[in-house]
Amino acid sequence: MAEGFFKTDRGRAVLLVSPPFLYAFFLLAVPLGAIILFSFWTQDFVTVNTTFTTANYQEFWDKPIYKLLLGRSLYVSGMVTLVTVLSAYPIAYFVSFHVHPTKKSMWLFLITIPFWTSYLIRVFLWKVILGYNGVVNSSLMELGIIHEPLTFILYNVNAVIITLAHAFAPFAILPIFVALEKIDRSFLEASQDLGESKFSTFLRITLPLSMPGLVASVMIVFIPTIGDYVTPELMGGAGGKLIANMIQTQFLQLNNAPMGATLAIIAMVCVTAISLFFIFLNRRWLRGRA
Amino acid sequence: MTPKPLIQLSGVDKYYGDYHALRGIDLTINEGEFFSLLGPSGCGKTTLLRTIAGFEGVSGGTLMIDGKNMAGVSPNLRPTNMVFQSYAIFPHLSVAENVAFGLRKDPRSKEEKAKAVAEALEMVGLGGYGNRAAHALSGGQRQRVALARALILKPKVLLLDEPLSALDKKMRELMQVELIRLQRQVGITFILVTHDQEEALVMSDRIAVMFEGEIGQLDDPETLYRRPNSKRVAEFIGKMNFLDGTATAEGNRIAVDVAGLGKGDIAADQAPGGMPLGKVTVGIRPETLAIVFEGETTDRRICDAVVDEVVYYGDMTYYDVKVPGVDKPLTISMKNMIGRPVLDVGALTRVAWDERSLVVLAA
Amino acid sequence: MRGNGGGLRVYAVAYLIFLYAPIILLPIFAFNDATIIAFPLAGFTTHWFDELWTTKALHEAVKNSLMIAFATSVLATTLGLCAARAGAMADFPGKKGIIGFVMLPLVLPDIIVAVSLLIVLRQVLDLTLSNWTVIAAHVLLCTPFSIAILNGAFQNLDPSMEEAALDLGENRWSAFRLVTLPLVMPGIISSMLIAFTISLDEFIVAFFLTGSNPTMPVYIWGLLRFPASLPIIMALGTILVALSVVLLTIAEYFRRRGLKRAGLKDTGGFL
Repeated sequence: MAEGFFKTDRGRAVLLVSPPFLYAFFLLAVPLGAIILFSFWTQDFVTVNTTFTTANYQEFWDKPIYKLLLGRSLYVSGMVTLVTVLSAYPIAYFVSFHVHPTKKSMWLFLITIPFWTSYLIRVFLWKVILGYNGVVNSSLMELGIIHEPLTFILYNVNAVIITLAHAFAPFAILPIFVALEKIDRSFLEASQDLGESKFSTFLRITLPLSMPGLVASVMIVFIPTIGDYVTPELMGGAGGKLIANMIQTQFLQLNNAPMGATLAIIAMVCVTAISLFFIFLNRRWLRGRA
Repeated sequence: MTPKPLIQLSGVDKYYGDYHALRGIDLTINEGEFFSLLGPSGCGKTTLLRTIAGFEGVSGGTLMIDGKNMAGVSPNLRPTNMVFQSYAIFPHLSVAENVAFGLRKDPRSKEEKAKAVAEALEMVGLGGYGNRAAHALSGGQRQRVALARALILKPKVLLLDEPLSALDKKMRELMQVELIRLQRQVGITFILVTHDQEEALVMSDRIAVMFEGEIGQLDDPETLYRRPNSKRVAEFIGKMNFLDGTATAEGNRIAVDVAGLGKGDIAADQAPGGMPLGKVTVGIRPETLAIVFEGETTDRRICDAVVDEVVYYGDMTYYDVKVPGVDKPLTISMKNMIGRPVLDVGALTRVAWDERSLVVLAA
Repeated sequence: MRGNGGGLRVYAVAYLIFLYAPIILLPIFAFNDATIIAFPLAGFTTHWFDELWTTKALHEAVKNSLMIAFATSVLATTLGLCAARAGAMADFPGKKGIIGFVMLPLVLPDIIVAVSLLIVLRQVLDLTLSNWTVIAAHVLLCTPFSIAILNGAFQNLDPSMEEAALDLGENRWSAFRLVTLPLVMPGIISSMLIAFTISLDEFIVAFFLTGSNPTMPVYIWGLLRFPASLPIIMALGTILVALSVVLLTIAEYFRRRGLKRAGLKDTGGFL
C-alpha cells in the first residue's frame, strides 16, 4: 500500500517536498525550539545551568533598559513601516496605473536595483549623506541656509528610521504593486459609470481591493526591521540603540546566550502579536465596509 | 464485415477520494471507428479518455486494448496517442522537432525519420513548416502539429481531448472536415471527447452520451437524434418539446394519448425497449412540427395554436406557440421561404404534427 | 488613465532620486583623492582601486563569500525546485502548511534565524563555525526566494506538456529532462542568480555564524571602524554595484526569455 502511494502523483509530490521540509524542520523548527528552551535556562559564567527557571523573563521585567530598548525598537519598526508603506503606495499606484505596460518591468527593475547593492555600504552611505560634513550639511551651508552643520540628523532614532525606510522600500512597493495589478480595470470604470468620482472610486474600489498587498507589505517591513542591528549600530549613536543590538551583545560579547534567547523570543512574540492584531483590525475594517 | 473490438472496458470505476467519477463503464470501441464521448462538463468523458491513455489508473474493472489488459501499463507503453486540449506543443522545439519527439528511440536512420516527419506534416497540410518555431504558430496550426506528432507513431488509437474547443467557429468547421478526412486516410480508431453535440453528430460513427460518470446512451448519430432513450439525452442533443401523455401496448404497436394533440398509434421502436408504459412523456422535435400558413393544406394531423414568441434566425424562424391543453408553449422551427410570411406574436394559426415523429420517454 | 499621471510622475522621479541617492555617491568617493568621505571633493584618483588589488585579507574574504554564495545558490535552488515541482504536481495533505513553513524565513527577523542557529550549532552540537555554517543559514534564507521564482516558472507550464511527452513514449524521468527542465531552465538560472546575490550581500546572519575566515560583508563591517580604509570600501562598493547590476540584468533577461518561451506576456518583475 505504502509503496503504491509513492507511485501516485500525490505520493511523488510528498517525496519531493520532503527535502525542503526536512531542511526547514532541522534548521528552523528545531533551532526555534532550542532558543525557547534556552530562554528558561541561565548562564553560569562559562557553563549553561539547565535548571528550569523564569529568571531571564524576571530580569527583563526588572531592568528598565530592556523595556526601553524593546519599546524603542517597536516604535522604530512602526515608524519605518508607516513611512515606507505610505511613501511606497503612490509609487506602486503610479507604476501600475500610469506606466505603459511595456515599461512596467523597467520601472520595477529601476526600483529593485538599489536593493541589491551591498546593504552595509548603503547604510554607511547614509551616514555620509546625513553626517557632520555630509552631503546635506555641506549643501545647505554652501547655499547659505545654515551656518553651522546640523547635528540632529545623525546619531539618533530619526536617522535610523530614514535609513531603514530606504532599505525596505522595494519590499513595500512590490506587494502593493502586485495587488494593484490584479484589479480588473473595468471595476473602476463601472464605479465611475455608477456615479462615483475618481477619488471616491479610489476609496471605495482601489484601496479595499489592494488591501491584501498593503497588509503584506506592512508585514514584510515591520517584522524584519525588528531584527536589524546594523543600522542602529551605525546610525543610531548612543541614544539610538535597539533591542537587536542588545541581543547581539548578549550573544557575542556578554556570552549570555540564555538572556539573548529570552530577548529574541520576547521581541518576536511582540512583533507577532502586533502583526496579528493589525491583520485582525484590517479584516474587521474590510468586513465593516462590505 | 463485422467490426473487430479494439478497446474493451468492463465495469470500469474511478474514484477521486469520495467522488465517483466513472461508475461501472461497460464499453466496446471497434477498430477503425470514429467514436465520440459526448456530455456536459464534469460528466467523466475526459476522465474516461485519460483512463484509456493511461494518465489515470482505474479504481475497479478492466480495460483491454487490442486484447491486452492495460492495468499498470504506463502511457508511454500503450498503443494510444493523444491530442491534448491545449495541444501541448513543446514551445522550446521547432515544428519538426515536435513531430519527431516520439521517434527518439526509433531505430530508423536520421534521413528516414526526417522523411517520416515531412510526410506527417504533409498529411496534416503543414508541408514546409518544419523549421518554424513552435511558439509562433496559430491555433489551427498547433492542432495540426499535434495531430502529426501523434499520428507519426502509428498508434492503434488516436485520442482527441476537446481538440476543437480552442478554435473559432469557422476554423472549427474546417477542422471537423479535416479530421474526418484524416481518419479515413489513416484508418485507425479515433476517440473524440467533446461537449458540442453538433460536432459529435457531424463527425462520429458512434457516440456515447455520458452523464454523471455513466453512459446514458450509445448509438450512431441518427438513432441518437431520432430515438433518444431518455429526456436528458433528448434535451442534450438538439431541442425537443416534451408533452404529458399516456401510452398503452396494442399488439406490436403502441397507442398514445398526447395532452393537447390527441390520440395516435405509433410503432414499438418509438419507445425505448422494455420501458414501462402508462403515464409517459412524449417528445417532438421542433422541425417535425409545422405551422400551416394561410392557404396551405396538409394531410397531417392539425391543432389550433396562438403564436407566443417569434425568434428570427435568417434562414429559419423559431416560433413558440400555445396549444390549448398543453401547459408549456411548443417550439416549432420553420424554414424561411419566398412567399412564406413571418407571423406576429398573438397571431392565430394551425400546427401540423405527425405521429411517426413522436418519441415516448419515461415521465 | 495611463501615460501622464502628472503629480504622481514628479513624485515617482523624486522617489527614485531618494532610492539612488546613496548609490550615486559611491563612484564619486571611490574616485575622490581624499581619505575623508566628505565634500568638497579633492580630485580624481584610481588609487583606491589599486589598493583593492593589494589587500590580501580582502581577497580571502571575497573568495570565501563567492564560495558560500555559489554553494548557497545551488543548494537553495535544488530545494526550491523540489518544493515548487511538488506544489505544481499534486495536492497533498498539509500542502499549504508545509510550503508556508518552508517560506517562513521570508518574514522572520534575520536575527532570530541567526541566534537560534548559533545556539544549536555552538551549544547543542558543539560544532566549529565555518563557511558551512554560513551556507546552512543562507540556504535557509534563500530557499523561499527560489521557491517564489520557480513557482512562477512551474505555474506558467502547461501540465499537459509533460503528459504529452509521456504519451509520446518517454518515461517519467526522460519526460522531465526533455520537456519540463528546458522549459523551467530560465527560472532555475534566475533563482540561482538571486540566491547568489542575496548570499553575497548577507551580513546579519553571517556575522553570527562566520568562522575564522570572515565573509566579505563581515570583512567590510570590520573596515568600517577604520576611517583610513573607507575610500577602499567605496571602491569595493562601486565594483559590487556594477556586478549586481550585471547579474540582475542577466537574471531579468532569462526571466523574460522564460516567459517568451512559455508564450506569455510580461507582467512584472521579480517576486
